[in-house]
Amino acid sequence: MQVRQISVFMENRAGRLMEITGILAQAGINLRALSLADTSDFGILRIIVDKPDKAVDILRRSGFTIRENVVIAAVIEDRPGGLYQILKVLADAGISIEYMYGFLGKHEHEAVMIIRVEEMERAIEVLLEANVTLLKGEQIYTM
Amino acid sequence: MKYIVEYIDPELLYRLQLERLRDVALRLYQHVPYYRGAFDAIGMKPQDIKSLDDLQHLPLTDKETLRTNYPFGMFAVPMKQVKEIHASSGTTGKPTVVAYTEHDIRVWSEVMARSIYAVGGRDDDIIQNAYGYGLFTGGLGVHYGSLDLGATVVPISSGGSKRQLQLMQDFQTTILTCTPSYAIYLAEIAESEGIDPRKSSLRIGIHGAEPWSEEMRRQIEEKWDIKAYDIYGLSEIIGPGVAVECVGQDGLHIWADHFLPEVLDPKTGKPVPEGQDGMLVITTLTKEATPFLRYATKDIVSMTTGKCPHCGRTMPRISRIKGRTDDMLIIRGINVFPSQIESVLLSMEETEPHYQLVVTREGALDSLEVQVEVNEKFFSDEIRALEALTKRIKEEIESVLSISVNVKLVEPKTLARSEGKAKRVIDLRNI
Repeated sequence: MQVRQISVFMENRAGRLMEITGILAQAGINLRALSLADTSDFGILRIIVDKPDKAVDILRRSGFTIRENVVIAAVIEDRPGGLYQILKVLADAGISIEYMYGFLGKHEHEAVMIIRVEEMERAIEVLLEANVTLLKGEQIYTM
Repeated sequence: MKYIVEYIDPELLYRLQLERLRDVALRLYQHVPYYRGAFDAIGMKPQDIKSLDDLQHLPLTDKETLRTNYPFGMFAVPMKQVKEIHASSGTTGKPTVVAYTEHDIRVWSEVMARSIYAVGGRDDDIIQNAYGYGLFTGGLGVHYGSLDLGATVVPISSGGSKRQLQLMQDFQTTILTCTPSYAIYLAEIAESEGIDPRKSSLRIGIHGAEPWSEEMRRQIEEKWDIKAYDIYGLSEIIGPGVAVECVGQDGLHIWADHFLPEVLDPKTGKPVPEGQDGMLVITTLTKEATPFLRYATKDIVSMTTGKCPHCGRTMPRISRIKGRTDDMLIIRGINVFPSQIESVLLSMEETEPHYQLVVTREGALDSLEVQVEVNEKFFSDEIRALEALTKRIKEEIESVLSISVNVKLVEPKTLARSEGKAKRVIDLRNI
């Protein structure tokens, strides 16, 4: 139930994101989900791709500082209150979220939230208990 | 306070310098083992000095010599005769210690008084002395000189800008002594407080202790509606008052009856022709407690001799400081060595010593940015973790340097690598 995510350290300068996506494109790597967190000086690009091993390799060899993390991909209903539902499950369990980002799923009325928490195992447990659908890595990579 | 010696015939100056050089060399030979060793090593005696050129046989003295002989090894008089001791901060090793006898303080007072006079200061001036008082020689040097000149000195020391402005108005200060960047900063504070600095009672600024440019002079003069003058000095030689501009603002007259200047090619150690850049080396001719033969200032200047077309003085003129022979940076009057920052970074487990220093001047103030390469060891994909690390690096560096810095995380391999000595410093100040 854990999904591999690659984080890339980026300086905030024009064209940098374009360069990274160019490197991935050349290696034939497809982006599944993406989030960009930034400050005035630097940014952190977080991506989920279809070929994580290849992406890690190519980014490292291109000289980027990267880090691999595992995240949870939770399917939520694409309707008002959909996100609230799973956040409540986590909050009730006293689990705080480090960061999250979302994208619309393949199916109608469905969205996917990528969630990073400190207590991954427990979060997965409580979410499954609450009948939340969690995607496996393979499911996202090939989505 | 106009000293006749400032207009001395060059021939007479030469004879005065030679006589004083022989005297100081003899005293050093007798009382300072380091110098006795230096003479003995080349089989020379102080009496063998027959011309100023003979000085060139002797090795240079530098900060390292002072550190090796820390604290009192370079003293040429018994402690009983020492009346005052000053020391550098010692952030890069042991502090450098210099001492003054009563006679030395008189000399210091005199050269400082001559310096204030040369830029138009008189005994009816009120001098607001915003150089720091303490072990740093700036504050007390100006203080002694102001007293010797017969002027009124306000020993306010550095900092406390609003108070500086308040007292300046209340006391009707006519001369401000401080670093050039502080002069600009103070004007900016005045403006933000609704005070028009151009309407102040100030007429002269005497600025030193950090490198500055013509552009900055124009800014100071414009903002305050005053004349701003460059002054030079270093504690090893005596403190402020080693050299100063005259009203011509065209080079600094070095008081060569007390301080014998040489300008050397830093690589070969040979004198460079007049007007060419080289390292300023100074021999103190009259100091008693800690005299130095051939002290390597590491400051790059050019020198001009001959009668000054502006004031008629015959004392040689040195240019503004054009740079440093070593990598020392002077930022807001504080000496900063890249090695200090390196050791902070090395002491922090998460960082590697791939860093670069970028110095810029924003408005009046120097600003130092420390760029640190992010490596996988400390890269977290959480913004707050990286910001916490940035903050910690900043705080650690600031506690060592005593100046504020900006820390910027940069991508790996973005900083220039070189085969030999890394280029750690990018100075964009255009001084």
